[in-house]
Amino acid sequence: MTPGGIVTQLVHLALMLALAPLLVGLVRWLKARLMGRRGATPLQPWRDLLKLLRKQPLLAESASAVSIAAPYLALGATAAAVALVPGFARGMALAPMADLILVAGLLALSRFALALAAMDVGTAFGDLGAARQMSFAALAEPAFILSVLCFAILAGSTNIDAIGAVFAEGGPGLRVSLLLALLALLAVALAENGRLPVDSPSTQLELTMVHEAMLLETSGRYLALWEMQAALRLMLWLSLLAALFLPFGTAPAFSGVFGWAAGLLAWAVKLAGLAVALAVFESATARMRLFRVPEFLGAALLLALLGAVFLFLSTGSA
Amino acid sequence: MTAALAILLCALLLLALAGGGAARWSALARGVHGGCLAVSVGLMALGGAVLAGGGGAPLLLPVGPPWAPLSLAVDGLSAWFLLLLGAVGAAAGLFAWTHEATAPPRRLIAYPLFLFGMALTLGAADGFTLILGFEAMSLASWGLLVARALESRGEDERLAARLYLGFAIFGAACLIPAIALMGGLAGDLSFAGLRAAPVQGGVAALVMALVLLGAGSRAGLVPLHGWLPIAHPVAPAGVSALMSCAMTKVALYVVARLLLDLGGPAQPPGWGAPLLVLGAASALLGALRATQEVDSKVLLACSTIEHVGLVAMGLGLSAILRAADLGPLASVAAGAALLHALGHALFKTLLFLAAGEVEHGAGSRRLDALGGLIHAMPLVALCTLFGAAAAAALPPLVGFAGEWLLLQALLSAWRVGALWVQVLVAVATAVAALSTALGAAAMLRFWGLIFLGRARTPRTLGAQEAAPPARAALVALVVLSVGAGMLPGSLLALAAPAVAQISGHAGLVVAGPLVVSASTVASDYWPLGVLGLLALFAGGLAAVLRRWSPHPAARGPVWDGGFIAPPAHLPFGDPATQASAAGFAQPLRRLLGGRLLMAREVVHLAAPGDPAPARLEAGFHDPVLPALLRPLSAGRERLAGAAEWLRDLGIRQFLGIAFGTLLLLLVLLALVDPA
Repeated sequence: MTPGGIVTQLVHLALMLALAPLLVGLVRWLKARLMGRRGATPLQPWRDLLKLLRKQPLLAESASAVSIAAPYLALGATAAAVALVPGFARGMALAPMADLILVAGLLALSRFALALAAMDVGTAFGDLGAARQMSFAALAEPAFILSVLCFAILAGSTNIDAIGAVFAEGGPGLRVSLLLALLALLAVALAENGRLPVDSPSTQLELTMVHEAMLLETSGRYLALWEMQAALRLMLWLSLLAALFLPFGTAPAFSGVFGWAAGLLAWAVKLAGLAVALAVFESATARMRLFRVPEFLGAALLLALLGAVFLFLSTGSA
Repeated sequence: MTAALAILLCALLLLALAGGGAARWSALARGVHGGCLAVSVGLMALGGAVLAGGGGAPLLLPVGPPWAPLSLAVDGLSAWFLLLLGAVGAAAGLFAWTHEATAPPRRLIAYPLFLFGMALTLGAADGFTLILGFEAMSLASWGLLVARALESRGEDERLAARLYLGFAIFGAACLIPAIALMGGLAGDLSFAGLRAAPVQGGVAALVMALVLLGAGSRAGLVPLHGWLPIAHPVAPAGVSALMSCAMTKVALYVVARLLLDLGGPAQPPGWGAPLLVLGAASALLGALRATQEVDSKVLLACSTIEHVGLVAMGLGLSAILRAADLGPLASVAAGAALLHALGHALFKTLLFLAAGEVEHGAGSRRLDALGGLIHAMPLVALCTLFGAAAAAALPPLVGFAGEWLLLQALLSAWRVGALWVQVLVAVATAVAALSTALGAAAMLRFWGLIFLGRARTPRTLGAQEAAPPARAALVALVVLSVGAGMLPGSLLALAAPAVAQISGHAGLVVAGPLVVSASTVASDYWPLGVLGLLALFAGGLAAVLRRWSPHPAARGPVWDGGFIAPPAHLPFGDPATQASAAGFAQPLRRLLGGRLLMAREVVHLAAPGDPAPARLEAGFHDPVLPALLRPLSAGRERLAGAAEWLRDLGIRQFLGIAFGTLLLLLVLLALVDPA
């Protein structure tokens, strides 16, 4: 744990926390522009968060300590995962811990906390959202782990930092398997973040929602914490995709100020590109029927499995 | 060390004798439970001491038949499972001491014998003693179920006991020939002798099948798992915990001992494949059933099938990797299996005891009759949450450590060159991930429906916090399981002798006290670091928000999407606005249950104009047990019908049959033993 690594880590974390709501705002603004509306400024999510923090929260009479503690745990777990995924530079202080399975575990922890908070009050919508969320996660998990298998074969490790370093050197080159893993991970990312076509992030119709259904009873700072958690999760997934599939331009460990500046620029470009892609994709897609989701995620699982099998065939008995 | 085990075993026999006297002196009941608790602590200490310092030479017992002297020894593998048995037994003993002060003598006799059987199986140094202990364990636990059936006089309990006995006899009928085949004609059943002459070829395949059927049926591996969710919940909570956490592990120990330690060296790569496949099937089916069951203890028993499956996957993978000469990876897989076995024993004991407390306090095991118990039993709720989160494999708890290692081993197993192994392992990886996520959904449903929400029946509101000794048992289990989750590296270092016996490779590559590592190039897991990060972020967040958002929360009626307030005759709100156990399971029932669990959902709509209400029928059943039992009962009928002609035979035919049998046996003897 060098001083440089610690500084990189702190800068990374501050940037991630500050930019996550901006990213959500950017996607919303882009979608509005694509639909011909003017759209709110990308700063709007930050303003909403600060407004929510100023308000007095209202808890249901049947709420227990779970409603109060769960948002802190969920946001804490998401922030811990965010601290592990490299953004603009490699070689952060926590890089030795940055394991893909651990990131999945931390996301599962925050999902568990969210579902608990949803069940705490005892309402139909909360229970329904929690049950659906856990079911979709159960289908997304194997697709994610099989994509990890592709990386483990190509890079020999499940450490994100190590994978990024191997890929940035162009070790594995362009492979069909990577494309298949990319498609699988994109599907998982859409499902995990509750984006179209799995869940609509801006729906107002209760019967169709998953994520929002769990937050119906929250208000004030608790709602702000949950909103921040969702924003951080989107940030995490986009950064993860960038770190795994677009590792180019990321500042290597212990590079100076210029290396950092180049890394920051590359990271901003990558995130913006992914945000545009997400906005375009969501504008062009309709939400699918709830019980079609397993087919969507099952296809992701099959793609990832196919990717792994291609790797077995091409690497042979390596 | 071995003498200590012999003394502890004798103490258990004496306790069983004392249990018989409890009919006259009722104060003996507590004494028996206290004694079992003390012996369990002794077993735990013995296991730890042997792991740290090494065991002694085998001890020949002065009892037993001349052709198979009984012998005891504690080596690394037995010591690890003794440690696990001791931990479960101590917690269950404390629980029984609290709740079973007036247990009938038949249960007080069977309970120490159950512990005795398990300890004898683990301490056996030859095949005969192993069988003896295994059958004592099966019969004593059957006795516990029968005692329960006699007390409650329920049809379910009686059916459970009968099914249990059937599977126990089947297990014995498979395991005894397996040991005999391993011993061969030389007849040396000591472990040293068995290890010196490993089985090969067709005999090896037969032994593998018999051991998997015999011990697998006791461990609850698919397809012989059907009895487990029926039998385990019948017993009192402490015995359920022992059955689910210790007995299944003892069965897995027998699998590991016979197939991996004694029969494992010099086997083909396919040796571990059946274990891997059965483990994956068990993990998937167990986890899926756990998301659907509506009885809390049945749900936990199904979750046991899942975790037993995961441990079996680790063992099978270890055998595959060992056969491919990938020693370090084989040791990772074996370490994953052992760590997860211990972790599961700790958190599942906690969950079973908590389910017992909930049944005691709130009067029901049905999820549909509970709810909102976090207000009435806060400490039990908190302890159970730790257990449920560990069972859901959430970092940084112990369940995650085991599954992390298992996934790492699965993700590295492609280095075995053969394509069929690679594809098999890739599918197993997906199944392991799916089962883990399903297990998380099941645990959320378990904890959420019992402790969160509103009370579903008035009885729930009268629940009281657990008694102090039971609370102590729960808290101790939380401390143990959290500690095990924080220090997996130290535990694996302690387990190194056991890992070496299973995998044939000494220890993991890197296993510091605070870090677990799959290999030097793969990845590391630092549970304490994860805990520190979580505490830092969650705590820092709370501190920051205390400044930025200081308003205390106000309380108000639940909004519930704009529902009107419930009428006065519904003091807990409208029950229809809270998910039922079946309702919460609905998404997964529709997504995955259709094929695997024969789930169905039928809506009966009344005809237009008919004022009858529409009805929804939903349900599922596990197709495996009926599929096994139906041909059996049909075969019994056919056999009984075919044997009818025996009644019509005369005295000459009967004499002829007897003489023919004698002749046949003599011929057989002459063939087998020409000398």
